[in-house]
Amino acid sequence: MGALATTAGQEVIIEIGCMPVQVRSGSSAFLQMIAERYSGFLNPDASPVFELNVDLVAPGRITEEEDLSVRFESGRWLIERGDLRAEWEPASRRGLIVQSPNPYSIDTALRIIHSLILAQEGGLLVHAASAARNGKGFLFAGISGAGQPTISRLAPPDVTLRTDEISYLRRNGHGYVAHGTPFAGELARVGENVQAPLAALYLLRKGPDNAIEPVSANEAARMLLENVLFFAQDPKLVSLVFESACELVSNVPVYRLTFFPDERIWEWIA
Amino acid sequence: MSAIYIARANEVAARSLDGEMMIMSARDSTLFTLNPVGTIIWQSADGKTTLEEIVENKICAEFEVDPEEALKDVESFVADLAGHGIIVVSDVPISLATTSLGGS
Repeated sequence: MGALATTAGQEVIIEIGCMPVQVRSGSSAFLQMIAERYSGFLNPDASPVFELNVDLVAPGRITEEEDLSVRFESGRWLIERGDLRAEWEPASRRGLIVQSPNPYSIDTALRIIHSLILAQEGGLLVHAASAARNGKGFLFAGISGAGQPTISRLAPPDVTLRTDEISYLRRNGHGYVAHGTPFAGELARVGENVQAPLAALYLLRKGPDNAIEPVSANEAARMLLENVLFFAQDPKLVSLVFESACELVSNVPVYRLTFFPDERIWEWIA
Repeated sequence: MSAIYIARANEVAARSLDGEMMIMSARDSTLFTLNPVGTIIWQSADGKTTLEEIVENKICAEFEVDPEEALKDVESFVADLAGHGIIVVSDVPISLATTSLGGS
């Protein structure tokens, strides 16, 4: 497989949100699995901004933590859950993940590490579908069941679905760029590795008819914050995430989009 | 009744959007949206002005409310904010440099 990159076939470079991450493992089979899962997001020529070594262990409980725990201690982030233990040191930009050979634990670790880096840059990981059309990016957020997978399914051919699960937003001046992610949701397929300036955020809900209305900035911020993925118990980063959400809704139009689930809704999104 | 002083805690994030103050506790990520009265209280929480002065000079000057009733409501509101660590309450003036979470 040509996707496995560089030395001795023992690493892959996964580029999400223009942030290449080198993942190393002693297991070619594991890397093969990772390369397949993140196909479309591999960039063997990129210079990684950080490196992760994966130590594989036998399946079973790895830490005593039942729930996900993300905390900063002695210059490094510690990420623990029953199925994984990860460390990431921002200063050296190196990390270690201890897990069994499965694709889900590293997926969790990647989401969290990306969220930590994004928070410091003014970006956000958001539980929202996103799509690109005519060079513009659109985000669709809402409570569970509001219809993100549905609206993604209804997208016409000229729409590029970037994710139906986790959207990746990076600051660009006063605006934001929405990137596709491989973090799959209900559609169980990864998004496409494309980016576009964020033109609007839609807060979804299903209804008997299609309707669109502007949303006040404070309601938009509240809704956005409910959908931001951020797990660290860190006051400084929590403040930064709050500021980023406020900044986004101050600079990007936000609408309440009530939709009847058929393809006509996409006539309203352009 | 002794004077009550209030100050904004350090480890909170606050932003005015559409004229309403949004505040997030950085400690437990609780989000508050303050109404106009709450916003006045928050903006007046300088550690030097007593709660009574805030009610009398800022709230009663702007809204038609009974001062005693207003003070009672404001005390309850302030206690709620203090419980979430986003405001600090003291019976002596508060230096803003010392209003970190957990301080008093």
